[in-house]
Amino acid sequence: MKSLVKIMPKKGVLDPQGKAIENSLKQLGFPQIKKVKQGKIIEIEIDADNESDAREIITNASNKLLANLVIEDYEITFLKED
Amino acid sequence: MRVSVIVFPGSNCDRDVAVSLKKFSNKSPLMIWHKETSLPDSDLIVLPGGFSYGDYLRCGSMAANSPIMKEVKKSAEKGSSILGICNGFQILTESGLLPGTLIRNQGLSFICKNTSLRVENDKSFFTHNYNKNEIVNIPIAHNEGNYFADENVIKDIEDKNLVAFRYCNKNGDINEETNPNGSLKNIAGIINEKGNVLGMMPHPERATDDITGLNDGEKFFTSIIESIK
Repeated sequence: MKSLVKIMPKKGVLDPQGKAIENSLKQLGFPQIKKVKQGKIIEIEIDADNESDAREIITNASNKLLANLVIEDYEITFLKED
Repeated sequence: MRVSVIVFPGSNCDRDVAVSLKKFSNKSPLMIWHKETSLPDSDLIVLPGGFSYGDYLRCGSMAANSPIMKEVKKSAEKGSSILGICNGFQILTESGLLPGTLIRNQGLSFICKNTSLRVENDKSFFTHNYNKNEIVNIPIAHNEGNYFADENVIKDIEDKNLVAFRYCNKNGDINEETNPNGSLKNIAGIINEKGNVLGMMPHPERATDDITGLNDGEKFFTSIIESIK
């Protein structure tokens, strides 16, 4: 099955890249855009019997490597198979 | 004196730090490839600067999970001293040997320049040949050198005098203007509580030879070498 791990800067952590994108968008004429944060998405294909097993494995992987918990939060979702 | 320098794919200051160590100790360190699964007994292990694994995912995150790092952690527990410079500092925080982390520079630019640092801790294994509040000139060269940790960690580091160096100007002033990268409290380098692990973003190995115009790294290396003897 396929899973997405969405990794975002924690609240209160400086996100200079998000800020730069936000300023750029304002300059381009999007005054409605109030705030931009930049994170990353990691797509994972995984062998597991069910979503709950897969979630446990990916949680472990996220804590060990994919996210830095000092500055980032993550969220695991599963993609519907085609 | 037994020194090992760990070489990761993408390390590029490994030779510089080996040259500096040899200059003041007359002994060449061992160069250890990251895939090794054993580490010779070492008084000092150096994680050099560079771009290990192309800075993929987060700077230092891949290197922190390299086979050799298990051995580095074991040696640190046994009391070997560990020095991480620049990418080496990032590897130390990613591997949990030092608290906090290093995020993108506030101004989003790679910064390569000589910087003034104020010596905060002149008692450590790594810094005892400096005087407290001494201003030294040592270059930085990084894109992710912005030290971040939560409030409690910062308070703990400061209360225990574990800040080794802070960014400042020639007069030793520490404020927003003299902070090149946005690091909390202008922190440029820290020591762990046990005193055997130091990480710093500036490059003392680039300030040990007249040819570079800078010599303020000399006391850093002589401190370490004298501590080992």
